[in-house]
Amino acid sequence: MLDTALFYIFAALTLGGGVLTITRRSAVHSAIWLITSLLGVAGLYLLQRAEFLAGVQVILYVGGIMVLFLFVIMLVNLDQAAKEKRFSGQKWIALACVAAVALQALWFVSKGAGRFTLGQPSIAGENLGNSEHVSRVLFSQYLLPFELASILLLVAIIGAVVMAKKRI
Amino acid sequence: MPDSAQILRLLPEILLSVFGTLIMVLDPLTGRNRKALLGVLALVGAYCAWIGALVSYANPGPAFGGMVTVDGFATFFRLLVCAIGFLTVLASMSYLERNELPQGEYYALVLFGVAGQSLMAVSGELVLIFLGLEISSISTYILAGFLREDAKSNEASLKYFFLGSFATAFFLYGVALTYGATGSTKLVVIRQAMEGKDANVVLAVIAGALMFVGLAFKVSAAPFQVWTPDVYQGAPSPVTAYLSTGPKAAAFAIFLRIFFTTVPQTGVMWGWLLWTCALLSMTIGNFAALVQTDIKRMLAYSSIAHAGYVLVAFTSCTPIGAAAAMFYLAAYAFMNLGAFTVVSHLSGRREQYVAIDHYAGLGRRRPFLAALLTIFLLSLVGIPLTGGFFGKFYIFRAAVNADLLWLAVLGLLNSAVAAYYYLKVIVVMYMQEPKEEVTIEPVPATLAATLVLAAGAVFFLGVYPGPVLDFATRSASFSRQ
Repeated sequence: MLDTALFYIFAALTLGGGVLTITRRSAVHSAIWLITSLLGVAGLYLLQRAEFLAGVQVILYVGGIMVLFLFVIMLVNLDQAAKEKRFSGQKWIALACVAAVALQALWFVSKGAGRFTLGQPSIAGENLGNSEHVSRVLFSQYLLPFELASILLLVAIIGAVVMAKKRI
Repeated sequence: MPDSAQILRLLPEILLSVFGTLIMVLDPLTGRNRKALLGVLALVGAYCAWIGALVSYANPGPAFGGMVTVDGFATFFRLLVCAIGFLTVLASMSYLERNELPQGEYYALVLFGVAGQSLMAVSGELVLIFLGLEISSISTYILAGFLREDAKSNEASLKYFFLGSFATAFFLYGVALTYGATGSTKLVVIRQAMEGKDANVVLAVIAGALMFVGLAFKVSAAPFQVWTPDVYQGAPSPVTAYLSTGPKAAAFAIFLRIFFTTVPQTGVMWGWLLWTCALLSMTIGNFAALVQTDIKRMLAYSSIAHAGYVLVAFTSCTPIGAAAAMFYLAAYAFMNLGAFTVVSHLSGRREQYVAIDHYAGLGRRRPFLAALLTIFLLSLVGIPLTGGFFGKFYIFRAAVNADLLWLAVLGLLNSAVAAYYYLKVIVVMYMQEPKEEVTIEPVPATLAATLVLAAGAVFFLGVYPGPVLDFATRSASFSRQ
């Protein structure tokens, strides 16, 4: 019962945030509503007992990517953009996409959950939380990729410096 | 805790990363006019990694729980990408000094990129393959924009970055769906699941299609080739040489490994897709190259066509086809690297002389460069005594053996079209008088060494292809264990 109530609250946050993101005139307001929407998604993850995903959602999207967005908004010239027409011809394409997704969702609902086979988690559920499972796999089976990701990040950092610095 | 034997199987990647990091650390400590030392260090690193690949092949086998498999196939591509890295560094040294580009970052990025490609060749697991692909891709995105004050180079970098990220996203979607369909990211386990009944076939086919899109982009096969001419034209010439060989060879390596390992009866399910792609790439590449006036753009279209030839070998779906593709990639790497290296020297400061007309009279003014460029171009045509000849020969033979005679015939017709635009450059070099003044600097020793090494490899593969082809044939049966 409580779960259902929470689901509706988080879903409303997600959807409402999304709608407000695209309708606000000020870019900063849009960004803040996007944060609300992303937090709503994090809540939905929590309801599914995916604590790790919820944490990543908050830290990465709300924390990292949104800060980046705000920086970009700070740097670009907003007065020009605010004067322009808000919805271009693209809105029809966007509406068509939304309609397609809505139809798909309706189709799934009408079929019922029992009709679909879902992937099973590869580790049998010991009485451990989601984060423990992820970390266990990450630091045993996937240790090598985990370590190698550091080279990827190093290359990206070098790239950022090479591209952005005034004088190398 | 992995033991030393397992770590030894990752030796080339470790050496490349260590040398890459070392170059970054030493960069601020070397004086402004002694940066060439960093290049020497990069050469040593690439050479050590090449030896390291041989050392780790002395004791082949899986490591890190089957994530990494050192076999003949992996070793073939490791040796190839390390050699490409070595030649790229050697070819870039004079270019970087002439254009006053930052050297430390450049060499480090090349080494890291080669490490990523080498990782792609050796990994038997999709997450690791993805990481290798990203390490290689990100370093090439940056290298493409290394002429920071040049608008074309900026455009190349940005275009490559955006489109490349999309392609990687496609590949990653494919990986995720594969995991959903089969419950594993290990290629061998995926194959078992596909043979058994516990895989979701519809999902697996969608996943395969998505990965195909991502990889076809990386090897610039049609219809995902649109980025290639702009990026190859805008990037600094030594980088273009590297782009068109190293990342491409590695992408073909994982292409071969993923599809030959995981998909049962590759031919039945994917044959039509492969030959459509092969035919489109050959035709679009060759016919578009006919009308180019910029030599870098022409070679870019030609590299699309060459990706098409390699895909012809894929279409046969046999170990012979895989071996032919491997041999071709090796031959192609050296001839293309050589051709672009000549282009990079002749382009002059800030790449001002890149039109084919600028090559008029080169045969008289710089006989050495003209002769070498002629060798590389003839090899690209596929003239006997060059590596390109045997490369094409093995590919079309594999196609004929697999009852794809019509595809082989169309491929041969395509090569005839290609001969026209390669020979046109040779005609301009030897038979036309220069229309405008083109300054050509004397050839530096490092560049001459690169050219001689590349030409040597082209001749070696063309006169004495036995050892390399034997090695490729023996390693191409990796697929079904």
